[in-house]
Amino acid sequence: MSRLSDHAAPSRRAVLQGASVAGGGLLLGFSLPRAAKAQTASASGVFAPDAFIRIGRDDRVTLIMSQVEMGQGIHTAIPMILAEELDVPLSQVTTEEAPPNDKLYGNPIFYIQMTGGSTSVRALFMPMRKTAAAARAMLVTAAAQTWGVDAAACRTEAGAVIHDASGSRLGYGALVDAASVVPRPESPVLKDPKTFKLIGTPAKRLDTPDKVNGKAVFGIDALPDGVRFATLASCPVFGGTLGACDEKAALAVPGVRQVVKLDTLVAVVADHMWAAKLGLAALDIQWNDGPHAALSSVDLWGAIGKASEADGVTAQKIGDVDAALKGDGVITASYELPLLAHATMEPMNCTVHVTPDSCEIWVGIQVMTKAQRIAAAITGLPPEKITIHNHLIGGGFGRRLEEDGVGVAVRIAQHVDGPVKVVWTREEDIQHDMYRPVYRNVMGGRVENGKLVAWTHRVVGPAIIARYLPPAFKNGIDVDAVDGAIDLPYDIPHLRVDYVRHEMAGVPTAFWRGVGPNSTIFAAESFIDKLARQAGSDPLTFRRGLLAKNPRGLATLDLAAQKAGWGGALADRTGRGIAFQFVMGSFVATIAEVAVADDGVVTVKHITSAVDCGTIINPDTVVAQIQGGLIFGLTAASHGEITIERGRVQQSNFHDYRMLRINEVPTIAVHLVPSNEAPGGIGEPGTVAAMPAVANAIYAATGVQIQRMPIDPTLLAKKRSA
Amino acid sequence: MRTIKILMGLACLVAVVGIGFIAWTVLGRDPIHFAKGPRVTLAAYTGPSVTGAPPDLAHADLVMRGEYLTRAADCQACHTTDGGVPFAGGRAFKLPFGTLFSPNITPDQATGIGAWSDAEFLRAVHKGVGRGGKPLYPAFPYAAYTLLTDDDVLAIKAYLFSVKPIHAVAPENTLVFPFNQRLLMTVWSAMFDADTRFEPVADRAPEWNRGAYLVEAAGHCGECHSPRNLFQAIDNRKKFAGAVADGWRAYNISSDKPTGIGSWSEAQLASYLTNGHAAGRGSPAGPMREAVDMSLAHLTPGDVKAVVAYLRTVPPIADPALPATLAGPAPASAAKGPDGNPHGKALFAGACASCHDWTGSGALTANATLTGARAVNDPSAVNVVQMILTGNHDLVGKTQAYMPAFGPAYTDLEVADLANYVTARFGTAGRPIGPADVARFRQLR
Amino acid sequence: MQTLHINGDTHQLDVPADMPLLWVLRDVLKMTGTKFGCGIAQCGACTVQLDGKPARSCMLPVGSLGDQAVTTIEAIGATPEGARIQKAWLKAEVVQCGYCQSGQIMSATALLKAVPKPADADIDAAMAGNICRCGTYIRIREAIKQAAQS
Repeated sequence: MSRLSDHAAPSRRAVLQGASVAGGGLLLGFSLPRAAKAQTASASGVFAPDAFIRIGRDDRVTLIMSQVEMGQGIHTAIPMILAEELDVPLSQVTTEEAPPNDKLYGNPIFYIQMTGGSTSVRALFMPMRKTAAAARAMLVTAAAQTWGVDAAACRTEAGAVIHDASGSRLGYGALVDAASVVPRPESPVLKDPKTFKLIGTPAKRLDTPDKVNGKAVFGIDALPDGVRFATLASCPVFGGTLGACDEKAALAVPGVRQVVKLDTLVAVVADHMWAAKLGLAALDIQWNDGPHAALSSVDLWGAIGKASEADGVTAQKIGDVDAALKGDGVITASYELPLLAHATMEPMNCTVHVTPDSCEIWVGIQVMTKAQRIAAAITGLPPEKITIHNHLIGGGFGRRLEEDGVGVAVRIAQHVDGPVKVVWTREEDIQHDMYRPVYRNVMGGRVENGKLVAWTHRVVGPAIIARYLPPAFKNGIDVDAVDGAIDLPYDIPHLRVDYVRHEMAGVPTAFWRGVGPNSTIFAAESFIDKLARQAGSDPLTFRRGLLAKNPRGLATLDLAAQKAGWGGALADRTGRGIAFQFVMGSFVATIAEVAVADDGVVTVKHITSAVDCGTIINPDTVVAQIQGGLIFGLTAASHGEITIERGRVQQSNFHDYRMLRINEVPTIAVHLVPSNEAPGGIGEPGTVAAMPAVANAIYAATGVQIQRMPIDPTLLAKKRSA
Repeated sequence: MRTIKILMGLACLVAVVGIGFIAWTVLGRDPIHFAKGPRVTLAAYTGPSVTGAPPDLAHADLVMRGEYLTRAADCQACHTTDGGVPFAGGRAFKLPFGTLFSPNITPDQATGIGAWSDAEFLRAVHKGVGRGGKPLYPAFPYAAYTLLTDDDVLAIKAYLFSVKPIHAVAPENTLVFPFNQRLLMTVWSAMFDADTRFEPVADRAPEWNRGAYLVEAAGHCGECHSPRNLFQAIDNRKKFAGAVADGWRAYNISSDKPTGIGSWSEAQLASYLTNGHAAGRGSPAGPMREAVDMSLAHLTPGDVKAVVAYLRTVPPIADPALPATLAGPAPASAAKGPDGNPHGKALFAGACASCHDWTGSGALTANATLTGARAVNDPSAVNVVQMILTGNHDLVGKTQAYMPAFGPAYTDLEVADLANYVTARFGTAGRPIGPADVARFRQLR
Repeated sequence: MQTLHINGDTHQLDVPADMPLLWVLRDVLKMTGTKFGCGIAQCGACTVQLDGKPARSCMLPVGSLGDQAVTTIEAIGATPEGARIQKAWLKAEVVQCGYCQSGQIMSATALLKAVPKPADADIDAAMAGNICRCGTYIRIREAIKQAAQS
């Protein structure tokens, strides 16, 4: 069965190109076979962007980054891969944001130029190594030719080619012109991982020094000359439109320059954000609520409950589950997840300057080419007239995989003379997000003689993939929604996963950190604990029995259990819970320890995670991502829920859409399993793990299983004895 | 026989006592009875006028004077839903026996008061009788408004007729029997609506009488700040001694020094009423925030002075439920202060300390000062809980005061723990409340 | 006209007295190191220091500043505590997306100045007003302790 990561187009196999560059340097890249060959620079020294690597005569190695930095450390990890295979010190590498170009910089897993789905290292590890290895081979050949020695007698070290016998040494910068005319090797020899000096060591992040002194520039910090500031109010009901709005009250506010009224929103343009905010607040805006004016969360839950009664499309099938389900010991359960907002710390924003023949955009976005396309569609300009300055991202989590905000800002900017920075207030950001959808998982299973023999998992939810990546939506199956369910790491003889597509009119939905597995793994791991209880088995023992044929998984689980002291004594109403998963190419075993007070308040005391994510590039970043991912998931488990009344999102800011704070987080220990397997993703697995681990710990502590997120403490209050 | 006589005697006694009690209750309806001085009619009163718009608006037209008086009478607060069009009605008033909804008083012909004659309007405001003779519920404070002069009532009408007519029908009231019997209100009205216009006290200064007119006739302060009798009418014998209204405690505003406003300076009073804050006294919230923002902040300085002068003379009545002293600033260090409520402290650290500071002195703006506020010194913590639940914001944009409403996303237990931490840290007499109290307070709104 | 003392410089600015300092910094003075997060003092991204004490600039009217000295992230490294905190932040590799970190560092620096050897409870009290969506809290705590030892 297909997995999301199987969708790399075969035609995207990386190929190498070498080119001599007028500006002086070696230009290498991997691109589509049909892309133009040998990109040469113009006389002015401007490179055509068909490349990832540039080496200058000054020894600087420039890596054109197709992947954006949003905290996940990718602007360090990819340079590490390059530096390792090219044999240069990491400090010699600088990064440059790639321009929008799917053909050159498309993510091999998603076709388009996109940073998301915990795919960056998975997608680029081998292509980047091959590119760098080819470059190194060409530099070695160039040096050997220069010295008139055998290339095999040369080696590289710290950005130089060395011929030990003669004691010759040339830095890469001195070799770029000669290297540019060397034919590129078809299959360059890659380093033996045993010889890695950089990969697998904790390198310091390259992007962080400017993030501790205020110098880092995020999209919201863009200040093109003459920029004005705008903020907006959109119709509070999705699908509604703007009615009457007299702009006079806003224009009376000092500093307000202009009111832009569009079909679904009003924006106030001013000399600064404060005036824009006051101007917007002064307006009496009438909305036409439209078709979803009566929508409520109760409706959403009711509708998905009903949808889950229908049979879905089969997404995975092993054995004969119907036969295996016959007999005693069948149990069922359902697990549900609410709407969630992304609430990135950097509120949505986009700065745009539209002129009759150009459109310039300053933004931080996970999808450069999508942003370019929407701007082109709105302005009617050809894509090459759309310039995008991509920036550091103040939190993505899936929100900036969507270009809706760019579209809004471009439409506003079309009415403004000069550049305008459109900044969403936090309220607008939360109430006009594209939300993690409501999901429902209906589980069935049968235990026989203490063994799990049959397993059914019905996933019900919208097909985000059908909207977002139509080529990947095949046979009516959303590969994201069922991700995690169709490739359970457990050995279950009879299994069926089906998918019921259930769209939610009136609420826009999108990916959210952890994506489909947040729902499927919460359901599967919760259900495993329920089955273990049915089997009279310890949750660890029960899982170990299902992992006999999965040594990597078993080792990861055992490491977590050992480090967490599984089986050790616990106080009353205290419990440990396991979440085990294989998602985004990584094995993660997580054990949470919680205490549930008599009034039902849950305190997560400690979390232990063991991680086998294959080859580790930067172990410190892996630990950081697991820590952060767990806290992201804990926030959702503790507080995360967007509710709808009268078609409107009820939450508006951090007082009612709460985030865990420093005094609410547990201690976290992350243990890494050394591995030379292909690298797995690491940005999202922690988030996936948090919810089932905590829910299972609560189950252990109280006997009550949480079946809908977020945790409702009133379900957990100690029952008074009669 | 003898038994019957005794029984009859007892019945008579009960009747006499009952009638006497009712009469005594009814006699408590004069709001300025405490002033004791000789009362004269407005016509007989010598000196500058104590009714109408202030001298500052002497040359203003009827609508402008009406607007001023409409604000002084704070019609908007009750006749507007949260975020709704002013005067279009529909605001809910939750009472123990059901919910009342305020009517639309915009000049819409069909659903507002557009078709009302002057006489009909006067009858409603003075006698509590609506169009077609329908008795009105005294949630509409006509027992106070009855003191307004005809001219002033009609000026208010002129202003209301100048606003944009809005087609809006308030929801049906949901009162239970017997309170859904409007005729009962006729009896109540006969007992507690004096149906007389304001009569100044002859030997008091014009400023005092002006203040009395603003406080009693227009401002109807007693509706919230005075306790009520058995019949839910204002008990002026305990004038301004404090009461609970709309789920909030309207504190003692008699001149009692420890528990009323007797120790407030005149400048503090004036600032509280017009700026929405008084140094060392805190900021209004809930219904008082509405009263300040929609009404009192719009009074002229002369009228504010008159209100303050009048309030000063209201006899002191101690509130035994309140501590006699107010706590000073809390320690600057978070490490110092009340122990034993780590959950409440953690919540305060995350959501509250940024604005209120660990001292309570207001880290960002004076508006956020807790030190000296009555609410944090009130052991019942009613207003602290209401503030946490519903927040506070400046309704007219004058002070930019803002506090978000934490009620929707914080559990009853969290709110209780947080309120307990606040009263313990910033008050003198913290007395722990529990989640059940919070649940009850939520119902009051 | 408002007179502001920021990072040792004095600015005369024609801005309204009720304008929050945050927007004066970001939109008028083009000092974008201080971030907008929530606008209601619930997240701490906009934290600056007033005479060394942390303050959320999004709710701080410039008219109320008086003679207080404003310090922002751009200049905090010039203070001994600021330099130690920045160094510890990089050593512990605290930062992920970095958007909240200006505010975190301003709060942490103020804590270190007030409490040179903060215990966990001090860190909880001083840092709970600063939200980090990436979840860097564990390293923030480590880094503050490291800075206190240095």
